[in-house]
Amino acid sequence: MGHAQKATEFNKDEAKVNWHDKALWYVREKRDKSAHNVQGWEYLRQLGSGIKANVLSNLDEYLIQFETNAKNNGIQVHWASNAEEHNTIINSILEKHNAKKVVKSKSMLTEECHLNPFLESKGIEVVDTDLGERIVQLAEEPPSHIVLPAIHKTKEDVDVLFQEHLDTKPSGGNPEYLVGEARKHLRDKFLNADVAITGVNFAVADTGGVVVCTNEGNADMGVHLAKAHIACMGIEKIIPQEKHLGVFLRLLARSATGQPITTYSSHFNKAEEGKEMHIVIVDNGRTEQLSREDFRASLHCIRCGACMNTCPIYRRSGGHSYDYTIPGPIGSILSPGKDLKKHSSLPFASTLCGSCSNVCPVKINIHEQLYKWRQIIVQEEKQPIVKKSILKTAGVVLSKPKLYKMAGKSARFALKHAPRFMIYNKLNAWGKARDLPEVKHESFDEWYKKRRKNE
Amino acid sequence: MTNNTIKVGLFIPCYVNQLYPQVGIATLELLEKLGVDVYYPQNQTCCGQPLGNSGYEQDSKGICNLFVENFSAYDYIVGPSGSCIYHVKHHFDILEQTPEVKRVRNNAYELCEFIVKILGKTDLGASFPHKVGLHKSCHGLRGLKLGKCSEVQGEHYSTEEDLLKEVKGLELMALNRKDECCGFGGTFAVFEEAISSKMGKDRVQDHLDSDVEVLTGADHSCLMHMEGIVNRNKQPLKVMHIAEILNSSL
Repeated sequence: MGHAQKATEFNKDEAKVNWHDKALWYVREKRDKSAHNVQGWEYLRQLGSGIKANVLSNLDEYLIQFETNAKNNGIQVHWASNAEEHNTIINSILEKHNAKKVVKSKSMLTEECHLNPFLESKGIEVVDTDLGERIVQLAEEPPSHIVLPAIHKTKEDVDVLFQEHLDTKPSGGNPEYLVGEARKHLRDKFLNADVAITGVNFAVADTGGVVVCTNEGNADMGVHLAKAHIACMGIEKIIPQEKHLGVFLRLLARSATGQPITTYSSHFNKAEEGKEMHIVIVDNGRTEQLSREDFRASLHCIRCGACMNTCPIYRRSGGHSYDYTIPGPIGSILSPGKDLKKHSSLPFASTLCGSCSNVCPVKINIHEQLYKWRQIIVQEEKQPIVKKSILKTAGVVLSKPKLYKMAGKSARFALKHAPRFMIYNKLNAWGKARDLPEVKHESFDEWYKKRRKNE
Repeated sequence: MTNNTIKVGLFIPCYVNQLYPQVGIATLELLEKLGVDVYYPQNQTCCGQPLGNSGYEQDSKGICNLFVENFSAYDYIVGPSGSCIYHVKHHFDILEQTPEVKRVRNNAYELCEFIVKILGKTDLGASFPHKVGLHKSCHGLRGLKLGKCSEVQGEHYSTEEDLLKEVKGLELMALNRKDECCGFGGTFAVFEEAISSKMGKDRVQDHLDSDVEVLTGADHSCLMHMEGIVNRNKQPLKVMHIAEILNSSL
């Protein structure tokens, strides 16, 4: 099922669509205020984009530099070329520690690699400690947004979910009560965890350390209590120097939620005394994306989610309609590189309005890449026969003026004179919620000719 | 160069030609009023955008070449549709970049931009005593940069507003979401029908909530989509292209 069908399903509950749209638009407006209060915001975006372009052009060297410095700090560095290797590496670290209980802070990479089901199949309990992620984990759903994983759920939904899983009392969706209960539940998990897994927001090449940004402090809580810390990162998370954090930390939180900075920006440079720290560096298709010149800049992404909050389609179709780990506009340019056939509807789930490219803190030309993926998809994937024949025919008709005038005339004639049932039926998707334009008695061409004659 | 030595090739997009002749007529009359020499190449068809945006760019080369053939002789190419002009300027990179192709791409202008930037006029002597809501089409706003979009930091400017503000009696109404997409998107309107209609419905409602009587814009494809919703739901909103307003003397 492609994006359009899933979006149609989501739209059956219009009140929910309105609520979802408004919740995310609120975040988008908060972002505008907070970003536009920074003098030189556009310059900051330019810097962020430039640093990322530099990183991607010199990725091999930066990665080696990062590994060397991390090792000098006593961190164990592992390389994984794909999701399977990533999962196996993590499992072997857990086995070494005889770990049965794991707490994990937010990491889209581990979602991408389907780490949780893999570890669960080995008898390991994995608890997502970000509140939103815990909610979707309990609901056995994937996150629908990369920063706000449970944005598709109302507080009433959460109330019901917690009653079922955390034995809470019905509270009519009282946020304070529910958060308090979640805190109790998670505290127990933190205290008993053997190993903590985190994602990585930035990996600093010249220090060998990583930075993890959270609002809940759950990454720190996990790492400080467990015997070992495993940080998982995609190869593109590198930044050259620590000072560059001054650019990215300012861009990230403002773009994501409109905060000036995340509540916790935690720097992990080495393991605590008597503990272990591991970093798993993952490719999983990124090198291939790097090789595609038109789509290389998609790897600039710092996972702020601003393109989702601004996207009028995302806001009205929900993250699950994209059926990919990273939904929304950025997911629609990343996913075709992973599996063109499976994700071929996503680059079309856009009006190419360009709002995404304009909010992007690292200036990814998202809407232009969507356009480019469309061209590739039409060449390489089987297209619906009706769409294909209409557009191919249009290509011919519109390149021949005489044919075009004839076609225009007969189409207008049909539109004007055909009975309503022939025009408004289930074959006409336009007419489901919209009227067709009222046909005038002549085209501009015909009017112009008459006018010339009368001159 | 005085206005009457400027040779303008009038580009009337295919759907405007067939379905909205009044928009083409207003555009032509307006340009003539402004004293430019307007020519209408009669072999013109389309800019190729419907194909390009659908992924069929390769099948649109014949259309694009015909466009260049029709318009390369003029100083400027002017059309009442931001998104078609955007397509000519940005997506004719699929053609061999001959001097003619480059010339056409460089000299293609959306109507409002041509009037404000090239002719240097904002007061066109129009009067239109109504409450008007301006829909800023995405390709005009973010593509051609006819104004500052809400995402970006900087001084506010808007080419269409500059023109509308000079229209006698016209009251420009403030919207809640000043530049959200209407959801037309070409074949998106059909292949993502549910979202497209919902987006259009929401845009129309914003205009109604803001006491707008006449919804206008510089891109008639957005207007066609929203008008379809207004007509279906029998909503009290008139939809008119900005050229019709600028050409009126009510």
